[in-house]
Amino acid sequence: MRRFFASSIVKAVLAASLIVAIAAGVSGCGPGKPVTPETGGGAGNKVKLNGAGSTFVFPMMSKWSALYDSVKPGAQVNYQSIGSGGGIRQVIAKTVDFGATDGPMTDEQLQEAKKPVLHIPVVMGAVVPAYYLPGNPAIRFSGPMLADIFLGKITKWNDPALAALNPGVKLPDRQIVVVHRADGSGTTYIWVDYLAKVSAEWKAKVGVATSVNWPVGLGGKGNEGVAGQIKRTPGSLGYVELVYALQNKITFGAVKNPAGQYIKGSAASVSAAGAGAANTIPADLRVSITNAPGKGAYPVSGFAWLLVYAGQENQKRGQALTDFLWWVIHDGQKAVKPLDYARLPEQVVKLAEGKIKEIRVSKANGR
Amino acid sequence: MAADSIVKRLKAPGALARGRLADRAFFIATFIFAGLVLLIVAAIFIELAVMSWPSLIKFGPRFITSSDWDPVAGKFGALPLIFGTVASSVIALLLAVPLGLGVAVFLSEVSPPWLKTPVGFLVELLAGIPSVIYGLWGIFVLAPLVMNHLAPWLNHYFGWLPLFRGTSYGVGLLTAGLILTLMVLPFITSVSREILATVPRDQREAALALGMTRWEVIRHAVLPYGRVGIIGAVILALGRALGETMAVTMVIGNTPRISASLFNPAYSMAAVIANEFTEASSRLYVSALIEVGLVLFGVTFLVNAAARLLIWRVGGGQKRARV
Amino acid sequence: MNPYNRRRLVSRIMLGLCAASVVVVVVPLLLIIGYLIYQGISSVNLALFTQMPKPVGESGGGMANAIAGSLLLLGLASGFGMVVGVMTGIYLAEFGDNKFGFIVRFLSETLNSTPSIIIGIFAYTIIVAPMRHFSALAGGFALGVIMVPIIARTTEDMIRLVPTSLREASLALGVNKWRTIFRVVLRTASPGILTGIMLALARAAGETAPLLFTALGSRFWSLSVSEPISSLPVQIYTYAISPYEDWHRQAWAGALILIGIVVLIGLAARFLAARSSLVRGARRR
Repeated sequence: MRRFFASSIVKAVLAASLIVAIAAGVSGCGPGKPVTPETGGGAGNKVKLNGAGSTFVFPMMSKWSALYDSVKPGAQVNYQSIGSGGGIRQVIAKTVDFGATDGPMTDEQLQEAKKPVLHIPVVMGAVVPAYYLPGNPAIRFSGPMLADIFLGKITKWNDPALAALNPGVKLPDRQIVVVHRADGSGTTYIWVDYLAKVSAEWKAKVGVATSVNWPVGLGGKGNEGVAGQIKRTPGSLGYVELVYALQNKITFGAVKNPAGQYIKGSAASVSAAGAGAANTIPADLRVSITNAPGKGAYPVSGFAWLLVYAGQENQKRGQALTDFLWWVIHDGQKAVKPLDYARLPEQVVKLAEGKIKEIRVSKANGR
Repeated sequence: MAADSIVKRLKAPGALARGRLADRAFFIATFIFAGLVLLIVAAIFIELAVMSWPSLIKFGPRFITSSDWDPVAGKFGALPLIFGTVASSVIALLLAVPLGLGVAVFLSEVSPPWLKTPVGFLVELLAGIPSVIYGLWGIFVLAPLVMNHLAPWLNHYFGWLPLFRGTSYGVGLLTAGLILTLMVLPFITSVSREILATVPRDQREAALALGMTRWEVIRHAVLPYGRVGIIGAVILALGRALGETMAVTMVIGNTPRISASLFNPAYSMAAVIANEFTEASSRLYVSALIEVGLVLFGVTFLVNAAARLLIWRVGGGQKRARV
Repeated sequence: MNPYNRRRLVSRIMLGLCAASVVVVVVPLLLIIGYLIYQGISSVNLALFTQMPKPVGESGGGMANAIAGSLLLLGLASGFGMVVGVMTGIYLAEFGDNKFGFIVRFLSETLNSTPSIIIGIFAYTIIVAPMRHFSALAGGFALGVIMVPIIARTTEDMIRLVPTSLREASLALGVNKWRTIFRVVLRTASPGILTGIMLALARAAGETAPLLFTALGSRFWSLSVSEPISSLPVQIYTYAISPYEDWHRQAWAGALILIGIVVLIGLAARFLAARSSLVRGARRR
């Protein structure tokens, strides 16, 4: 056998594996104890909850997970962003303890899941029209006009319709370069859902989904793809998440709401939209709140939900999950603002409480 | 085999039997692993076929001839995606093969010794960069370069070709092809360089003794010797180009349209799967995306077969079975 | 111009073009590396290696769990990929001049161009879905499958380039075929095979898509093969697509670390291979 190992390739292969193993071991010993006491020795008797889904809520979830660690050291909540659709499919396949999505499950999907799945709203977000024009003028948009631009009917920045909304703004004689998301995303869903509500033509010709057949424009991958394209193309107009626009200081315009006001996306105006729609929210909390009524409501807003089964199979995990959800919609909301997300309005917290109370673990002590 | 008979004569009967058994066991072991590869690919193929069944039935051959990609209406046609994948890979190979071979030849035949290690090292670094980083670099650095400099230049001098008509918004087929070029280069350069290093010295010296120039030595004595291996390297590179996802989707523009100009945005099969799979909601939608994967399987088959045919035609001669 | 001068001129031009291609390749490469360093170097510090990720809004934090996770995943993947790849390569080179060999070779090439996300879906179906649990094992398997075709192809080509005379000399001495292959053929071909392995490893190291649905990712420290595990590419990806400047910088720094790891493994493997390879004489380097 010694001869066998004398072969240099075998040696190299072994050496490489050894290096990998040692390195894994070394970095394994290093950080464990001093920095993160909560992941040290006693991890064995902790309840580990795994969740996956929406990319949009990932930063928020990682913050909550860290905070919850210090509040409740008995539970570890691990959340990974694999996309809302991915999250929904994992809930159906029961490979995770909870999912997260920024577009509600469809009836077809709920049927696939066989057992009842609850939608617990946890945070709100919005989508804003971002653009790049020399001089960065502040521009106002109306819903039908945005639809016409994305349909390719308005092609110039100095179109009379745009000019009429923006008296006093010097609009250049430039082509509008439309930029949209190419990857399927909740951001796209909220955007086109809004366009479909304000434009019959959009509804008929394009429709609503996480990816659509865009009549015009360039497709960027992710918020950063769209933002990167916008920043580099004079005359471009696209849409990005509010959080992304605020954090990266991207210019975006105000949109006219049903009350006739021109509102810029902000944490407050998004929460106002949630409050405005609260009366019309159906029992299962699956709802689109774009174009919501109410003063100061930003019209292109939406919820993000955590998805859990109403019937939990494991007493300990079910209890830990329920506790975590309860914490998220109450104390957890304090952490929302600094990250530029919008918190749930009071009315919606009440509705979410009701949903969490529907969760039954084996001993039926949902709280 | 001649050598086997020598062994036969040399070895005592008992030892020979044992040795034969070991050889047999060795053969079987390698056979099993080769079979495992076959099994894995077959399993992937079957899985894709099963998962894409609803879409296969619904669309039939229309799936690859139609260019409608409309998830809302539930209409799926992959033609523009096939075009984008093939076109971007062809651009990448057209650039990467001569460049990569040039670098390999330079490193093994021309370069002063002190330059070999750093350049070889740098090229191998290319392979280690995660594709999402290529993608980000593509949007932030390469796409603006293409939009502001390369595309106008090409348009100015070669605008009479339909390939270089129109204006570029940075992202598009050309940019995707350029990114892919960089990504597949290490496959061609590193592997070719290893292959050139195995060419026996006698081979070169014999050619030199015939009075050949340095280039003629490379052209007639060195490259032909490593031909099979170099082709292998190119096929590896082609494979990577056809299947690359993250970097391409960030710079190709993601628009399912077929156009002659390389400046226009396009879409590729791998990109559409990566973009839409995680968010696809309906059954039919998911199965259509999986069918795109199945089609990519088919396209790879065809492209590899075509590459082989081409090599047979150009090379013409023996030792073809294993290219 | 007399024929000899013309030939010399052609030779000069062609060699010049080769040198030019080095410049054409190295310039964008330096641009990428430079860009990466420019973006990431400010966030490369000790904490990156020793600390766990911090949530948005708290400065500092590191990628210790992702580094360890990536190494574990690569270890698993290499274990699978190298064994299957090298053995398949041996089969193809030594016994593969038949229909079966042709089919395996062809399918292996198809596997090489299968988008990594499809391989991820495959690993998901055969490991994650039945186990109802995301795991490092599934991630390692997916990466291993990605490595196989690259290693198989390079192993085969490199073995085929080993001069027949070497093989025959060994066989003539009465050495068994399998020993000949391991001790003479593989050893001679080892630098080339190692290059293939390094390319495969480098590719696997940077893959994000197949890990999203297999290893998933984790915010916590874990080295268990049956639990979700963090990895550098996934961490880089989720950070890169987040809205926060702090995380963007960490993503670039993470990419630097990832490249560093790939390079280090490569250098170490090469160094060891060079030391143990005795047949340097047969190679011109």
